[in-house]
Amino acid sequence: MINKDAKTILEVRDLTATVAGVEILKGINLTVRAGEVHAIMGPNGSGKSTFAKVLAGHPAYTVKGGDVLFEGKDLFALESDERARAGIFLGFQYPVEIPGVTNSAFLRLAYNTVQGGRGKDELDPLEFDDLVREKMKLLEMNPEFLGRSVNDGFSGGEKKRNEILQMALLEPKLALLDETDSGLDIDALRVVAGGVNKLLNADNACVLVTHYQRLLNYITPDYVHVMSAGRIIRSGDRTLALELEERGYDWLLDGKKAAA
Amino acid sequence: MSTVLDTLVSQPYKHGFVTDIESETAPKGLNEDIIRMISAKKNEPEWLLDFRLKAYRHWLTMTEPKWPNVTYPKIDFQDISYYAAPKPKKKQSMDEVDPELLRTFEKLGVPVHERAALAGVAVDVIFDSVSVTTTYKEKLAEVGIIFCSISEAVHNHPELVKKYIGSVVPAGDNYYAALNSAVFTDGSFCFIPKGVKCPMELSTYFRINTQDSGQFERTLIIAEEGAQVSYLEGCTAPKFDTNQLHAAVVELVALDDADIKYSTVQNWYAGDENGKGGIYNFVTKRGLCKGRNSKISWTQVETGSAITWKYPSCVLLGENSIGEFYSVALTNHKQQADTGTKMIHLGKNTRSTIISKGISAGHSNNSYRGLVKIGAKAEGARNFSQCDSMLIGAKCGANTFPYIQVNNPTAKVEHEATTSKIGEDQLFYFQSRGIGTEEAVSMIINGFCKDVFQQLPMEFAVEATKLLGLKLEGSVG
Repeated sequence: MINKDAKTILEVRDLTATVAGVEILKGINLTVRAGEVHAIMGPNGSGKSTFAKVLAGHPAYTVKGGDVLFEGKDLFALESDERARAGIFLGFQYPVEIPGVTNSAFLRLAYNTVQGGRGKDELDPLEFDDLVREKMKLLEMNPEFLGRSVNDGFSGGEKKRNEILQMALLEPKLALLDETDSGLDIDALRVVAGGVNKLLNADNACVLVTHYQRLLNYITPDYVHVMSAGRIIRSGDRTLALELEERGYDWLLDGKKAAA
Repeated sequence: MSTVLDTLVSQPYKHGFVTDIESETAPKGLNEDIIRMISAKKNEPEWLLDFRLKAYRHWLTMTEPKWPNVTYPKIDFQDISYYAAPKPKKKQSMDEVDPELLRTFEKLGVPVHERAALAGVAVDVIFDSVSVTTTYKEKLAEVGIIFCSISEAVHNHPELVKKYIGSVVPAGDNYYAALNSAVFTDGSFCFIPKGVKCPMELSTYFRINTQDSGQFERTLIIAEEGAQVSYLEGCTAPKFDTNQLHAAVVELVALDDADIKYSTVQNWYAGDENGKGGIYNFVTKRGLCKGRNSKISWTQVETGSAITWKYPSCVLLGENSIGEFYSVALTNHKQQADTGTKMIHLGKNTRSTIISKGISAGHSNNSYRGLVKIGAKAEGARNFSQCDSMLIGAKCGANTFPYIQVNNPTAKVEHEATTSKIGEDQLFYFQSRGIGTEEAVSMIINGFCKDVFQQLPMEFAVEATKLLGLKLEGSVG
């Protein structure tokens, strides 16, 4: 939902970043306003996932240049846990397994930490149990998930639902969803996308990183950006995604080469 | 590993103070005269002096074990003082105990006073070489339980001590057990008569205070037919930059249908981050399931000591007897631990369970060493072992040395082992949900140790959880 008067949630200017000394992001510019859904597409290795991880503060990546403002404040002044408490959420492409830590304990600690950071009351285990069961219905999740270790032995689809469950609990201002559609069958995709849709509103925003247009049939983007070799090389509306589906990325990359 | 992981495991040792109490210390060195002196100080009967001298003479013929996966400079046994006692001498009641001593234990959070009453725990306190106080003695005596220092037991119940001492860990069992048998100074004694279920947790608190002294305590617990007891021990020591030797012997005897649960939270001073100072914890602990259907369960949380060399074991002699070993061993900085258990199945249908969780951080080295032995007559014996290691950072080591000897074809022995690592990606996952690194590590570690912590009495479990958090603070990065 585009509203040019809505307040800016994320402002990225000339962002460059490296991993192990190799430059992956080579000058990204992006503005995300409240209420907007942005899709970032592009071939493998173009830097899409890196972009999401850099915004969330993954320690393996080093920011070399540029600025990122989150709600007008310098994002890089915050540690990654502070960013999460400020309202940034990263939905992982490959959620890690944490054997021995139950999902319910983990979710409650995350919820209470983020609530605490916003000056809100924490919930005791019983209150939290009511809340989390309510949210799980949204994603058609079986309550027995709560007693299992975090992501341990979960199928790909179960892990992704668990990610969106966390998004539902933490109510972020900006959700960065990294290939949330990968590993999902059609039914699971519909449920997960439906869950995301219910969470989006005029006050928050979402950046979807995806390979395929398929996800965008369920979550309608306001903007589609194509990344290649660490830069956004083309931006458009959702019809760009449909065009990519039909023609692949090559015509854009070729065009870029020709332009260069 | 990122620098965050490197800064999370280093909390200063908070029990490192020295209490200013005048103590009576024997001159350094070990010979028959010193042993006679210790025996005379304690006014011991002739048979006990003989026991000591025999052990000493045997010790002289032995050599230090070289097989543990630990390294340390050779110990000069002539440079240790084998007896240190706080002055003035032992008092009869709590009110007469040196207030400075009581303050020490208050500082350590040991419930010796009202807090003991609230907690419902009977406590025996060993300060350097002697027992300074035992609480709840009268109340326990009403149901026939004897809980006192072993020195008192030698005088008041010589027949019991004489019958059982050395019956599970013979004087010549191993190098350090022999040394202990020669020079042990005090320890706890506990006797639960037939059919009595001990109404409260029994607890001993050990404190080494004097520099250059060794601590050699001896604990003996006997549970008669159908008796039940849960026993806890805790240990701390001040910070000295020299190493101190702690060579204890613990013997447990369970008769028919008896049940002994022995829990340890060991937090001896571990040395500084460069490995200077700290306790050498060379301990022999063994329980004998002598009777049918008897059960001995060891639970240990080992977080301290520069070097730990310890294998709480069960000899399963009685038919259908059960042995259990639940262990969390954490090493950080330059600590070394070689710890595990022995389950010796001799009787029919004996069962044992081993759950070992090793956590290594810093430059430490953590080894599990365990023996499961099934004797020829142990028809239908069963064992299950689970040994998990967790590494924090890339400079530490974890090893597992399982030994399995099966001499009966009907036995069933299972061994499972895993190694995991707290990595950057796990921590980042927590952080991306708003959870800071220290809380994340504590949650992962507690999840890893859950199977062991749930075996601890509740108050101890809380303490153990906190202790691991403190020990790891600053080590993850």
